Amino acid sequence: MIQFAQLFNAIDQSTKTTVKVAALTEFFRTAPEGDRIWTIAIFSGRRPKRAVTTTKLREWAAEVADIPLWLFEEAYPIVGDLAETIALVLPEPTTTNDQGLTHWINALRGLSEVDEPVRKAFVLEAWASLDPTQRFLFNKLLTGGFRVGVSQKLMTRALARATGKDEAEMAHRLMGDWDPATVTWAQLIEEDDPAASASRPYPFYLAYALEDAPENLGAPEVWQAEWKWDGIRGQLILRDGVHYVWSRGEELMTDRFPEFARACDFVPNGTVLDGEILVWGDEKPQNFNALQARIGRKTVPKKLLQSAPVILYAYDLLEWGGTDLRAQPLAERRETLEALCADLPADAPIKLAPSLPFDNWQALADIRATARDAQAEGLMLKRRDSPYRIGRKKGDWWKWKLDPLTIDAVMIYAQSGHGRRANLFTDFTFAVWNGNDLVPFTKAYSGLTDDEFRKITAWVKKNTLQRFGPVRSVTPHHVFEIAFEGIQSSSRHKSGVALRFPRMARWRQDKPVQEANTLDDLNNMLALYG
Amino acid sequence: MSALTFTPNGIYCPAGDFHIDPWRPVKRALITHGHADHARSGMGAYLATDIATPVMRHRLGDINIDTIRYGEQRQIGGAKVSFHPAGHVPGSAQIRVEVGGEVWVASGDYKVVDDGLSTPFEPVKCHHFITESTFGLPVFRWQPQAVIAAQINEWWATCATAGKTAFLGCYALGKAQRLLSMLNPDVGPILTHTAIENTNSIMRSQGIALPDTVRADTDLTPKDHPGALVLSPPSALGSAWARKFGAQETAFASGWMALRGIRRRRAGDRGFVISDHADWPNLLSAIAETGAENIYVTHGYTEIFARHLSEQGWNAQVLQTEFGSDEEDAA
Repeated sequence: MIQFAQLFNAIDQSTKTTVKVAALTEFFRTAPEGDRIWTIAIFSGRRPKRAVTTTKLREWAAEVADIPLWLFEEAYPIVGDLAETIALVLPEPTTTNDQGLTHWINALRGLSEVDEPVRKAFVLEAWASLDPTQRFLFNKLLTGGFRVGVSQKLMTRALARATGKDEAEMAHRLMGDWDPATVTWAQLIEEDDPAASASRPYPFYLAYALEDAPENLGAPEVWQAEWKWDGIRGQLILRDGVHYVWSRGEELMTDRFPEFARACDFVPNGTVLDGEILVWGDEKPQNFNALQARIGRKTVPKKLLQSAPVILYAYDLLEWGGTDLRAQPLAERRETLEALCADLPADAPIKLAPSLPFDNWQALADIRATARDAQAEGLMLKRRDSPYRIGRKKGDWWKWKLDPLTIDAVMIYAQSGHGRRANLFTDFTFAVWNGNDLVPFTKAYSGLTDDEFRKITAWVKKNTLQRFGPVRSVTPHHVFEIAFEGIQSSSRHKSGVALRFPRMARWRQDKPVQEANTLDDLNNMLALYG
Repeated sequence: MSALTFTPNGIYCPAGDFHIDPWRPVKRALITHGHADHARSGMGAYLATDIATPVMRHRLGDINIDTIRYGEQRQIGGAKVSFHPAGHVPGSAQIRVEVGGEVWVASGDYKVVDDGLSTPFEPVKCHHFITESTFGLPVFRWQPQAVIAAQINEWWATCATAGKTAFLGCYALGKAQRLLSMLNPDVGPILTHTAIENTNSIMRSQGIALPDTVRADTDLTPKDHPGALVLSPPSALGSAWARKFGAQETAFASGWMALRGIRRRRAGDRGFVISDHADWPNLLSAIAETGAENIYVTHGYTEIFARHLSEQGWNAQVLQTEFGSDEEDAA
């Protein structure tokens, strides 16, 4: 763990990309093979299964620290991270331990097989032998969620440097379904293994938001416009008679969407499609609310398959006949994609996402204004001669979203944030007026600057009415403009509505609390846009 | 009537007709130390330790101020008053007030460990103790000053070797001078932002020993001082003034750096965990040593800390004050 802790410190103590990449490169050159593989796994979100519940960890930590459990529970939201809270409350270590990362991970993997007293003894012994940084990392491995400021991109760059391989190839190799417990360095990084690569998706190309007017993009003819869909971005892979569905978050979702099993009947082997997974009904895509019922369900009841069937709305073709098409211009890929989709029967789970013809930028702006009617969030603009790039890159693809809906609301509850925002009140509940009552209708926790969060935090501390654990009710005084992408009726919320992507657009310090919007205003928006 | 009472203007002694660290203008104010949330402007008359007074004059301008030495006893109306070292910054005091045999201590801000600069904390026996709780959670436990000094000097040396200027952000009064005393001058020259150097000059003129520093004002040519460490108020980190120094690393020195979230939000490259407030074990030991039964918990994690004290058998309650308003910078 010592070498891994040194790597973590080097990464954590710097805000500079060059420093982080250098530290990772050095680690990938010098660390033992197992540690290297597990480090890749951890930094790409593949972690060992959680062997101890967080409830037990809290109890044990409070016990070892000799503090009451409630005190631990109060400290946790202030620190903002369970692994860190535990590392901080425990007494100094009494022994040392120089085992490496792989040893600890293997020990943790074995932990789910043993009885609780053995588990507890193991955890307590580890705590007593690790220094604070190592202890924090050990707890992170125990609890999962390893966000330490290393993006997949940085790690890929460091791996490419350490091995002398191409960054794009490395990115592709790290995608997909590999098991850090069984894979070897040679298999993962060096060898060419056709079986392993069959399921492997391509790294997704992601667009930046368009900030200027589209006029600045030049001639309209060189751009292709599409709706920007509000579904799940996904890749559908058909290779060797098997199909795979991947989300943008690199999650294998094949089992969640059994509809795509039939894709093999219509699309040949050696095909990879990029598109949006959407619920399809009444001959058109349905809104995100319909898809919500399918998200998070690992097995899908028959009834749901009938009421909320999904399709892939395909807008790009990455592989055809087993050949990687990503270097081809979009126009050529699109031509092949259109030909492929033209042959599909109406009940196929794949449909062609239309492109939107336009002659000039004003005409496109008019189309964009109708996006909500089409169940879209706005437009995508893609340069016709562009290749399919890796990751988020500026220049060839842009998203041009609709301006959000907005409403002025009153802050009534505040809660402190986590991680980087621990110790600041950043999570707020907002309400609108219903007569003389305030009805809560949404939470929001982003959109303000650190400085604004600091100011509101100082205010919350002085204007707390009541505390409910980490949540405080505050004097209704501050009005915020809440921006959101969509509004739906919801029986789960007191206000009867649910918002999509709510965030704080502005702190309306100019606005008296009486002038915030009302529940009627919200219901009018629901009638208009819901 | 209690020796001390709590009013909208601050902590008040009816028998002596004075306030302690009031936050609104009053006739007579006894001041624990010169930080802005304890020593405010607009008081008719001030009383503070002789060591704290020069900085207060500098900060508050032309004030009517009387001084008192640590341990000196003074009768104010019906109250017997004395000031005792709080170990927070040079000149900081706990104020002991005795009326009719009832003893109260208002401790302002304090730390128990000796920082080598401030007169070390002295426990004062009392019946009623007013304590801060800035770091009143069991996650805050400070390492010895020498350990942190070694970390800072090592970081500075690494910066110097890499041809970078090391910017260390800290509070201008107290923390800056404590850090100065921890730095190893063999590593390179120590530069100071004007706001910090002004306080340094005042302390030097009152006989407090500080290492040599160079005022980094607008006339200074950064390249004449390779391998320098610059002490700077947090607000000046990354400013146009700081950018003139070219390649640099920034760090921040505060007890809050113990929390990774805050460290990443505030610190730039590095965060060093060093505070002029007592950590969890020292808050508890300091309170125990007073022998007081009644504890009043001010600024910090007040509710949590008071609840813990109550469970441990003290008669503890939360006191709403206007101290600690700028806590993240000050601590």
